[in-house]
Amino acid sequence: MSRGEARGRVPGWGGGHSGRRGRGRRRPCCHGDAGLSICRGFQTEKDSLHSLTVSTMIHSLFLINSSGDIFLEKHWKSVVSRSVCDYFFEAQERATEAENVPPVIPTPHHYLLSVYRHKIFFVAVIQTEVPPLFVIEFLHRVVDTFQDYFGVCSEPVIKDNVVVVYEVLEEMLDNGFPLATESNILKELIKPPTILRTVVNTITGSTNVGDQLPTGQLSVVPWRRTGVKYTNNEAYFDVIEEIDAIIDKSGSTITAEIQGVIDACVKLTGMPDLTLSFMNPRLLDDVSFHPCVRFKRWESERILSFIPPDGNFRLLSYHVSAQNLVAIPVYVKHNISFRDSSSLGRFEITVGPKQTMGKTIEGVTVTSQLPRGVLNMSLVPSQGAHTFDPVTKMLSWDVGKINPQKLPSLKGTMSLQAGASKPDENPTINLQFKIQQLAISGLKVNRLDMYGEKYKPFKGIKYMTKAGKFQVRT
Amino acid sequence: MSSNSFAYNEQSGGGEATELGQEATSTISPSGAFGLFSSDMKKNEDLKQMLESNKDSAKLDAMKRIVGMIAKGKNASELFPAVVKNVASKNIEIKKLVYVYLVRYAEEQQDLALLSISTFQRALKDPNQLIRASALRVLSSIRVPIIVPIMMLAIKEASADLSPYVRKNAAHAIQKLYSLDPEQKEMLIEIIEKLLKDKSTLVAGSVVMAFEEVCPDRIDLIHKNYRKLCNLLVDVEEWGQVVIIHMLTRYARTQFVSPWKEGDGLEDNEKDFYDSDEEQKEKADKRKRPYTMDPDHRLLIRNTKPLLQSRNAAVVMAVAQLYWHIAPKSEAGIISKSLVRLLRSNREVQYIVLQNIATMSIQRKGMFEPYLKSFYVRSTDPTMIKILKLEILTNLANEANISTLLREFQTYVKSQDKQFAAATIQTIGRCATSITEVSDTCLNGLVCLLSNRDEIVVAESVVVIKKLLQMQPIQHGEIIKHMAKLLDSITVPVARASILWLIGENCERVPKIAPDVLRKTAKSFTSEDDLVKLQILNLGAKLYLTNSKQTKLLTQYILNLGKYDQNYDIRDRTRFIRQLIVPNEKSGALSKYAKKIFLAQKPAPLLESPFKDRDHFQLGTLSHTLNTKATGYLELSNWPEVAPDPSVRNVEVIELAKEWTPAGKAKKENPDEKFYSESEEEEDSSESSSDSESASGSESGEDEEEDHSGDSGEDSGESGSESEAGKGRAAKHAKARGKGDSKDVDKEKENSKSSESSSGESSSIEESSSDSESESESESESESRTITKAKEKKTKQDRNPLTKDVSLLDLDDFNPVSSPVVLPTPALSPSLIADLEGLNLSATSSVISVSTPVFVPGKTHVLLHRMSGKGLAAHYFFPRQPCIFGDKMVSVQITLNNTTDQKIENIHVGGKKLPMGMQMHVFNPIESLEPAGSITVSVGIDFCDSTQTASFQLCTKDDCFSVNIQPPVGELLLPVAMSEKDFKKEQGMLSGMNETSTTIIAAPQNFASSVILQKVVNVANVGVVPSGQDNVHRNYLHRQPSKP
Repeated sequence: MSRGEARGRVPGWGGGHSGRRGRGRRRPCCHGDAGLSICRGFQTEKDSLHSLTVSTMIHSLFLINSSGDIFLEKHWKSVVSRSVCDYFFEAQERATEAENVPPVIPTPHHYLLSVYRHKIFFVAVIQTEVPPLFVIEFLHRVVDTFQDYFGVCSEPVIKDNVVVVYEVLEEMLDNGFPLATESNILKELIKPPTILRTVVNTITGSTNVGDQLPTGQLSVVPWRRTGVKYTNNEAYFDVIEEIDAIIDKSGSTITAEIQGVIDACVKLTGMPDLTLSFMNPRLLDDVSFHPCVRFKRWESERILSFIPPDGNFRLLSYHVSAQNLVAIPVYVKHNISFRDSSSLGRFEITVGPKQTMGKTIEGVTVTSQLPRGVLNMSLVPSQGAHTFDPVTKMLSWDVGKINPQKLPSLKGTMSLQAGASKPDENPTINLQFKIQQLAISGLKVNRLDMYGEKYKPFKGIKYMTKAGKFQVRT
Repeated sequence: MSSNSFAYNEQSGGGEATELGQEATSTISPSGAFGLFSSDMKKNEDLKQMLESNKDSAKLDAMKRIVGMIAKGKNASELFPAVVKNVASKNIEIKKLVYVYLVRYAEEQQDLALLSISTFQRALKDPNQLIRASALRVLSSIRVPIIVPIMMLAIKEASADLSPYVRKNAAHAIQKLYSLDPEQKEMLIEIIEKLLKDKSTLVAGSVVMAFEEVCPDRIDLIHKNYRKLCNLLVDVEEWGQVVIIHMLTRYARTQFVSPWKEGDGLEDNEKDFYDSDEEQKEKADKRKRPYTMDPDHRLLIRNTKPLLQSRNAAVVMAVAQLYWHIAPKSEAGIISKSLVRLLRSNREVQYIVLQNIATMSIQRKGMFEPYLKSFYVRSTDPTMIKILKLEILTNLANEANISTLLREFQTYVKSQDKQFAAATIQTIGRCATSITEVSDTCLNGLVCLLSNRDEIVVAESVVVIKKLLQMQPIQHGEIIKHMAKLLDSITVPVARASILWLIGENCERVPKIAPDVLRKTAKSFTSEDDLVKLQILNLGAKLYLTNSKQTKLLTQYILNLGKYDQNYDIRDRTRFIRQLIVPNEKSGALSKYAKKIFLAQKPAPLLESPFKDRDHFQLGTLSHTLNTKATGYLELSNWPEVAPDPSVRNVEVIELAKEWTPAGKAKKENPDEKFYSESEEEEDSSESSSDSESASGSESGEDEEEDHSGDSGEDSGESGSESEAGKGRAAKHAKARGKGDSKDVDKEKENSKSSESSSGESSSIEESSSDSESESESESESESRTITKAKEKKTKQDRNPLTKDVSLLDLDDFNPVSSPVVLPTPALSPSLIADLEGLNLSATSSVISVSTPVFVPGKTHVLLHRMSGKGLAAHYFFPRQPCIFGDKMVSVQITLNNTTDQKIENIHVGGKKLPMGMQMHVFNPIESLEPAGSITVSVGIDFCDSTQTASFQLCTKDDCFSVNIQPPVGELLLPVAMSEKDFKKEQGMLSGMNETSTTIIAAPQNFASSVILQKVVNVANVGVVPSGQDNVHRNYLHRQPSKP
């Protein structure tokens, strides 16, 4: 906040923006005494003087929905006016699409760093030089925390739980610097709302705020709370691999990579110390760990040794070395053609299994963004259901399981704008699929051992392969 | 933000929208004051009542609603008195919500806020650390200037709190207080200084943050804590890591010298530092001396490396920028993999990371070339990501991958995302200029695009082609003709203008088309865009000058049209052109030069990356992302010419810098020796090594030698004399001398105890120096030590004083090996190579290249016997590999065996007792060794080219064992590949002081050169120089030109 801003605050909203959508809604329906306000404005100059020299990392946070309403604001220091978001709206308008809004927007006195998730913009206001990824990563962590707390992170949910949101944000940042971002600690500080607890709370008048003070923050293992107790001790690990690939017109692979994660759900009593080893750890080319993993152990022995957080967490994400050829489990046969003269185009795709190691491919969905010239499509799927949105030109076909005996196909015609020339490019086909019980890279967990506790836990490992960013160019 | 103030802002707003007066609005009085919101008033009334009720549930409900108001940005400040009463509530949730409220509004209601202070002061004394911490947090968040002294006191106390958590909060409070009252800076710096010494990982991140905010220029506060911070870094929470890494990057740039100066071949070892005593020399040395990294510099680089594996993108980026800015260029490569991994993350992270990669990829292409395919664009990427990826692909393009890339670009050009397609065309243009091999292909491709249906694509192609043609003023008549035809169809003004400009520029090359184009455009002049009109005028002028016959009338017609154009630019231009080209009596001197003005050679535009100038910003910063200097951006300083005193980082407390103190010591001691040896070299180039043990004395020395060393038959090492050096250095001399020597030895043969010794000659070669001699001695069979020593003493007296101290030491370590063969093999240890390279640049550096060992002896030595090691046995041998830890070091492989039936845990190297100048690179501690298990580790020891014993302690969890490694001389050498000719040359240059000739009588069966070779390599790590002269062997009694 600077002196200059305080002085220059005569107008509130630029005249240039008055026609903007959502405007009326953001404008509160009240009329202040203009003269009085101006006086007040100048009075504050003195107070704001000092902020010229110092500021915090994250000054304020605004949550903005897709129609341009600010529905939540939180300030960690002196209040920053909402009008700062005007710069954001401007950029939003210029970008046409939400995901093209630049994540960093400079304004004369502030910088706006934003992330866009779940149709909500999380806009952080900062004043001075700060690593942008620091703020962005933090904002993502905020979203993750909300998701963890409320199951979904959407505008109505946040509005309904505004008090919890506020309490959580208060704990996550102190003076703009991250304080507690581990969801385990946060949950100890502020209990996530559940239906049961809401009911109990209304009857008994008890609260969401934990009545004991958390100890996790003080311990050497800040990610795990103390005194965890379960009657069934279980530890589940999901090895999930995603194939990112670009397949060209002729079906050959342009680029293919495997990215994997190991997500864990650990519900174990006490302070268990786990080790997880792989049959073929050499496959893992590049890894990043949850902070609980002991790095030295991995370096020397290629063993994951850790005291797990309680509950769900991502233990590891990895990249499979590029030298290994990636098996592409599906192929797409396509025949999409536009003709210059006719107003009809042919559309035909067939999906089939390729290298599946004998497993079934499930959950197949095909989506494709068709060129603007396509008015409508009349298609017949051999299985599953399809939709075509004539406005967004988005075709999506929910295929389901692939039966190798009877390959699913989608055939039909496209009606094109009459007179328009044929589009330059055939649409790209995006593919989603799942293969259970298979890690396509061949990664195998060897064993899981527990030390530090006496009981015998139940252990489970699940493998799954999914399509990541899987594109077929046609 | 109060709703009414907000409204005020909006309605009164004329002018541009700025984030105006946000400070002001915060102090605007409660909405109730306006009296316009009866409904709000009412609501607030019942909230007040609820807050004053006795029931906690009602209070809580009220507080929740108030927080809801705050969250929506509505003003709730009028409730302040009612709320602040509840600050001491027993109910934790109410209390917390009151805190939220208080922090939000205290600044506006300063007097009332004071009511709450006593509650916090009380809580600051609470036995529970969490309550103390939270009290401090809220207290320091209340921005009321009156309480500054109270805050100061609270922070001071909290900074000495026993609980690290409270101290962490104290660190946070420092920043808050500083922003409230910058006058307190000095006092706060004192507290920061105190907290910087804190050993808790909890505090480290927060206090460095405070440091960065309050006094980022007080780098002196960091010195003493530098090593501690480096060592703690891995365990600090992730956000703190980011802050610390950024701070340490700045620190490193001020405290260490650049690791980049001398190319990329950098050593890891911690060695010398310039000694202040020898400043003058130092300066001379500096240029030729290979760079060595400060151990503290290395420490930082090493300790941040594991953080590349962090799940936090900000940490990874911070490490990446650290490596980019302070690591040797050869080591920065490891960051690319991690950065590429981040590309899987959210679009915002991708955006920032790609920007940084774009900047990096301009300077160091090689780093990201292996990941080329990771930057391929997907149709689902947002446009800004696509364009950044394209930028990187362009930067990475080279002759090898351009064809693949162009194929990929072809797909992109067809993209439905037209902005992206246009960017791709620009990219193709850039590739065409940067890679000349494909410029024709690119140009052709672009010409094909001219027939594209999409106008944006065509227009962009035209613009790019224009630029390309301008750069290559070769005949491209066909393309220009083709483009001229396009004028009929294309409508985009920029493209039309570009075509017209091109035709104008090349009007002499297309003499038939140009006037026709002018005719057509003259017809449509009035309906053209302004941009196009200007170009029509230009074209007309140019044609008028070159081809006035055909175009005179047309041009005048156009000029007339332009004269009455609506746009004043066009009218101006018309007037200007008319005056310049149409000759009339008034026209000045300028019109004579009209042709030169219009048809001058125009410089070609430069197509370059928009990221080209970004590298002056520190990577990973906001300023880099925005490409402008952000508020509070701290410039990364350039490397200092000479490193500031590294000892400032030494910490008295040993436990903190356990690892480093010895290194520091070694550092200090080393220089003396270094200089010593170098000065020597300068004085007498033949004397190449300070370590040379027997650096042959004068001829008188030779005499003595005959007396003494003759007994042993082989140790005639000291024959090389200064006088001889004076005589000449040709191999012939050596030869002659060799003969003489052998005769001498023959004489003494009778005395020699060794029955079969062959006489050898170590003709000194450049590298031979002491090592060769020591070698010969080591080979000497049954050489009695006493004799050697006696002799040594004598020679010493005559010898050049420069060499004596070191050489004496060497003698003690002779390994009496009873091998019948003596082939004094001149060799060169790595450090010598380095030194010598500096000396005889032209002659030697080209020839000396380390060759692979000819033979690796399997002989192992006992380091620690299992009996004395309580079951832990250790053996070592010399693998004769260049040491990975530094090329002055000799690599030693130690095999550890566990002979007990229990695990031995935590095997590591404890205290080291190394002689002056020696250094050792220890192995990483071994966590545990299973029963009957064995593990081989390698260590590097810099023996300083001497055979001194390296003593250190091998520790396990429970015990410590002192062990010694003493290298046989032969292991200190390093074979160098060299032709015989070069060998002789070197030999010639080196004869003299450090020459060693030996005569050894060999048993007949050992005469075959292969046998000799075998024996030689057995004892010393040398190579063989292919020798074409068999007779040399014979004549010189197996002078084996093995050569390091």
